[in-house]
Amino acid sequence: MQYIRAIKDRSARHIMLGITVFGILFLLVIGISLFVKALPIIREKSIWILLTSGDWRPFKGEFGFLPFILSTVYVSLIAIAIAFPLSLMTSIYLNSYATVNVRKFFQPFVDVLSGIPSVVYGVWGTLTIVPLIANKIAPHFVEFSSGYTMLAGGIVLAVMILPLLISILLEVFQAIPKEMTDASLYLGATKWQTVKKVLLRKSFPGIFAAIVLSVSRAFGETIAVLMVCGNITQIPHSLFDACYPLPALIANNYGEMMSMPSYESALMLAAFLLFIIIVVFNAISRATLVQIEKRYHM
Amino acid sequence: MKLKNYEEIFFKGLMITSASIIIAVLLFILGTVIYKGFPSLTWDMVTKLPGGGFYLGKEGGVLNAIIGSVYIVAGSLVLSMFLSIPVVMFINFYLSKNSLFANITRFSFDILFGIPSIVYGAFGFALMVYMGIRASLLGGIITVAMLIMPIMMRSLDEVVRLLPRDLPDALLSLGATKFEMVKVIIRQILPGLITAILLAVGRGIGDAATVLFTAGYTDNIPVSLSQPAATLPLSIFFQLGSPVEEVQNRAYASAVILTVIILLLSFSARYFSSKYSKNKI
Repeated sequence: MQYIRAIKDRSARHIMLGITVFGILFLLVIGISLFVKALPIIREKSIWILLTSGDWRPFKGEFGFLPFILSTVYVSLIAIAIAFPLSLMTSIYLNSYATVNVRKFFQPFVDVLSGIPSVVYGVWGTLTIVPLIANKIAPHFVEFSSGYTMLAGGIVLAVMILPLLISILLEVFQAIPKEMTDASLYLGATKWQTVKKVLLRKSFPGIFAAIVLSVSRAFGETIAVLMVCGNITQIPHSLFDACYPLPALIANNYGEMMSMPSYESALMLAAFLLFIIIVVFNAISRATLVQIEKRYHM
Repeated sequence: MKLKNYEEIFFKGLMITSASIIIAVLLFILGTVIYKGFPSLTWDMVTKLPGGGFYLGKEGGVLNAIIGSVYIVAGSLVLSMFLSIPVVMFINFYLSKNSLFANITRFSFDILFGIPSIVYGAFGFALMVYMGIRASLLGGIITVAMLIMPIMMRSLDEVVRLLPRDLPDALLSLGATKFEMVKVIIRQILPGLITAILLAVGRGIGDAATVLFTAGYTDNIPVSLSQPAATLPLSIFFQLGSPVEEVQNRAYASAVILTVIILLLSFSARYFSSKYSKNKI
């Protein structure tokens, strides 16, 4: 009987260890297999040309990713430019000003925002943001715009990254020891002076990590962006141009490209690019957040 | 009044405005979807399969997508639970408190959590081609499991880390093996496990990019793992692409169905997690 218990215990330990190792290696497996799939196109053309050329003619064998890369970057920057001030102000409010009840009241809104599926955000975007841009905003600036624009993508993405930004910023602020802000308040500083001179200064690395993490979230967002961005292969020059981010490119063309090996490989390269950028961004910001946690809670 | 007091008032106003904007945006989103979708939301939508000419605006519903989504999420939930629970138990109870290995594991799962669903979709598809599986229920289950495994792992890890250390110590001093201890602990964190499950289900059921290439699409309810399965997000996406107005309206109605499911999941997750923190030992 004792013997059986010991065997059970030992085999359970080994199985758990095995699964844990598998979990860690999984990241590598994804990276390597995407890279192997992308290899044919990298061999065929130099990676430099693939990344900097603007010519995308798959049926002539030209694969320039520049329009897609720029679209992804621009849309994400618009999103963070809108979402960051809003969420920074909101999280400062929730952290330093609001009572416990206000915080409790606000939390479900953040939860629901983060729970809404991206396709529903896409539906909302096409129903409200796209017509708003086409009829109200764009006519002031350009002659014609369908509304399916970079701006629409940026706005929808901004709403989608709000909950992530708020929850990380709140976490960062809560890691700052209360003694520090209290000391400032006791010396006669107003709340805003304390926020400005103590809270924000102390949590600067954390705020940076929050931005990087949300940008990487914005990079990978697919369906909602696909529904409102217009998906025209071009280098976007204004807010009212249609754009075509990398995830939308993959989603729109995968599946149909099985007959063309180089096309498939090019799309895999797109997935690999997304993967590597997002892994690097995530690693940087997670490491920063872990450092903050360590510094104040040891 | 001094400058600093004006500054105070100004920024406080700005903050309250920001917070109100966020609440307003959420209500606006929910309001838009419900306003557009509610008129087309009939009993048939949730109880019938798409009939002949459904995509031209004729009779039928999206039962195929609802059932398909439920199948895929249920399958991937089981799969991801078998993978995430052992990981959480191992790094928390078999390793020392500040073990480097445990921190590396947490770090890699944090990164896995950040990987977008389209990358999982592309990887899942490549994997399926490699293994010779067609777009099917099985493919969808495997890919969605990859997506939700890090979510489950992270939220379970948080729950387990809040457990008082006395509990494992007490069990071990009574002579239990570590495996027996783990079994007791799993029972102890059950409400936390339910919260983790609800969060994971919410993410899995709403995601379109993972199932786009891996699960396929069909008007029928799949009866085996190798058949394609429709999903709710994709059904919204495809119906919205139709030029027929009635089909578009049904897309909005399907969006209401999906949103209601997500809201229910989100609120029950909240209920269970608050219940858990109340009963904390």
